[in-house]
Amino acid sequence: MKHDRILLAHGGGGTLTHELIEQLFAPAFGLKELEDSAVLDDKLAFTTDSYVVKPYFFPGGDIGKLAVCGTVNDLAMQGAEPLWLSLGMILEEGLPLADLEKIVASIKATAAEAGVTIVTGDTKVVERGKCEGLYLNTAGIGRVVADVGSTHVRPGDAVIVNGNLGEHGVAVLSRREGIAFQTSVISDCAPLWSLVQSALVSGAEIHAMRDPTRGGLAATVCDIAAASGVGIWLQESALPISAEVRGACDLLGLDPLNIANEGKVVVFCRGTDAGRVLDAMRAHPLGRGARVIGEVTEKPKGMAVLRTAIGGERIVDMPTGEDLPRIC
Amino acid sequence: MNEALNRIAEQARRVGRNVTFMEVCGTHTMAVSRSGLRQLLPANVKLISGPGCPVCVTDTSYIDAAIELARRPGVIVTTFGDLIRVPGSESSLERERAAGADVRVVYSPADALALARENPDKQVVFLGVGFETTAPTVAWTIKKAAQDGVMNFSVLCAHKTMPFAMEALLKDQEVKIDGFICPGHVSVITGAQLYRFIPERYGIPCVVCGFEAVDVMKCIVMLLAQIAGKRTAVEIEYSRSVNETGNPAAQQLIAEVFEESDAGWRGIGVIPRSGLAIRKEFARWDAGRSVTFRESKPHPGCRCGDVLRGVLTPPDCKLFAKVCTPTNPLGPCMVSSEGACAAFYKYERKAAV
Amino acid sequence: MCLAVPAKIVELNGMTATISIEGTLREVDVSLVDEPRLGDYVLIHAGFAIQKWDESDYQEWKEIQESVPHE
Repeated sequence: MKHDRILLAHGGGGTLTHELIEQLFAPAFGLKELEDSAVLDDKLAFTTDSYVVKPYFFPGGDIGKLAVCGTVNDLAMQGAEPLWLSLGMILEEGLPLADLEKIVASIKATAAEAGVTIVTGDTKVVERGKCEGLYLNTAGIGRVVADVGSTHVRPGDAVIVNGNLGEHGVAVLSRREGIAFQTSVISDCAPLWSLVQSALVSGAEIHAMRDPTRGGLAATVCDIAAASGVGIWLQESALPISAEVRGACDLLGLDPLNIANEGKVVVFCRGTDAGRVLDAMRAHPLGRGARVIGEVTEKPKGMAVLRTAIGGERIVDMPTGEDLPRIC
Repeated sequence: MNEALNRIAEQARRVGRNVTFMEVCGTHTMAVSRSGLRQLLPANVKLISGPGCPVCVTDTSYIDAAIELARRPGVIVTTFGDLIRVPGSESSLERERAAGADVRVVYSPADALALARENPDKQVVFLGVGFETTAPTVAWTIKKAAQDGVMNFSVLCAHKTMPFAMEALLKDQEVKIDGFICPGHVSVITGAQLYRFIPERYGIPCVVCGFEAVDVMKCIVMLLAQIAGKRTAVEIEYSRSVNETGNPAAQQLIAEVFEESDAGWRGIGVIPRSGLAIRKEFARWDAGRSVTFRESKPHPGCRCGDVLRGVLTPPDCKLFAKVCTPTNPLGPCMVSSEGACAAFYKYERKAAV
Repeated sequence: MCLAVPAKIVELNGMTATISIEGTLREVDVSLVDEPRLGDYVLIHAGFAIQKWDESDYQEWKEIQESVPHE
């Protein structure tokens, strides 16, 4: 069935999002490499992201914190030190000023923590009902210090993640209307540049980095495997997933591999350097849970596979889009 | 893990010949595919999927009816997440939502009833699909609506039951089944007694199975042991949850609110007495009375019927993965996240090195 | 169609209970099970408890979960 309208799934970070980019945006704008940030003149990285998270206050953060972290992290994934951010706001008529003040304070605090300056911005107001409270857009510029990219991953590389998966998605979902459940899980939303920097200066040869946001770890490994033309093998027993996240996923019929993270980085480094990366990350507060979760091989070319707990294998598929609670 | 696989290998050797076991329930299909169990089984043990995926066997005409309701002003259609992407003849609930219809995913039918109470000026319709596991929850909700006089709530019912469908498969000459991996949670409600007729009338072993990979492996050992020992019986692997008689309160609710009816299974056809219909006493909460079901034709070349009966495996269908994919599903087996084709595509479609 | 998950009753109010699935809390209806009590384990499907588990059932399930090697 060909789509003649945008579906929610087009924003899910999975197959439909990719289709939209590949079939409409990339050809229109001549976009070639689809990385987290664009590298300009080999020196600067430039990225942008919009934030429409609902609700805008969630356990562990808010839309403001997310808006800074998301863009800072996209620069960090490109091996660029984040420096300057722009901030565009679309506010809904009727938004309580107290909420806006809290969010602005959060943006200020997160920017300070991340070492970036907000240098320019814009504000628009739309009629009641035309956006849900507020939408934000941040664009960021950073200075490239390392040559990393999704096409640089090679057979023999190790796959490392800095901690527990699925926390942000579960935290946000728990506050969504109609899917009411309470959880102690809080969003892992955090600015990752200093963690990434510690890995970069460790002397390890790092080939690529990605933050597994929409579409989760599954989307990340599928993207990298395809971009580098390698096979990525994940070890199910090594995936760090807390009992709370597992419980929430069991309740709703969701797969933790498909759930968004906002404070995690997946590092692809030369296999023999895994130890160095782990040491560097574990010395950092955001990397205490760092561990090797998989390896890169030649085959199956362009695909990601999971070695299951019982010793079997299954494909890690690109998620289709929205993760909905299911009963099947 | 190795111990379980060793026991499977041992029993498979005792049996010697090739055997085919059918997992009826879609959730078992998923468990098998997700764990990669299929490739770890001995060469003479084959697993095929059956029609126990309620989304897969929901007729196109039902989706079309749900869409018709969604297009009516003042109607909120509530559904389990599983149905949102299922294609009808021309559209799907997901597309209707994009076009402006009020379609909402809920976790429980009780949430749909709550929505009706909160929106007295709207008509809330709940899409009731699922087998005996889900039927009592919907029955409870209909009864509550009736008791509390919530008149703006109704259910479009497409519930189905397992035993007549399983029997239809056994009578089908094309399908060769040497044992059933019986649905675990259906059996929580009905009790394992539901399957007695299978060993008694057809001499086929049945084991009621849980949903962890370890459960499925144990279940296969038990089925093989029956065959090797020339016994046939209904055994329970999933003893944590299942007993002989099931849940009496749930069974009573089903009997109170629903009655047996013939049901059309997408890809298979009409199986007599295999469906549940809302009783006349609850007619005012039956959305089926206010909408017409139109006949629909399957996609030419679609072999879902054969896949659902276990006669064909997904990769053997000419359309599989070439034309028919999860983002562009042509038939029910690819539509549901639990369908045999969807599970195969998602987890097993390329033989990993 | 058989996703059901075991949980513990941590609050009980007539026929409505709050259950905990390893810390995830939700309200469910417990009228389909026999004499539910605080601290009981139940199997949850679509917002309803459909079966009671005793302590040994829950331990068996936990053992299966943990027999899956986790580093």
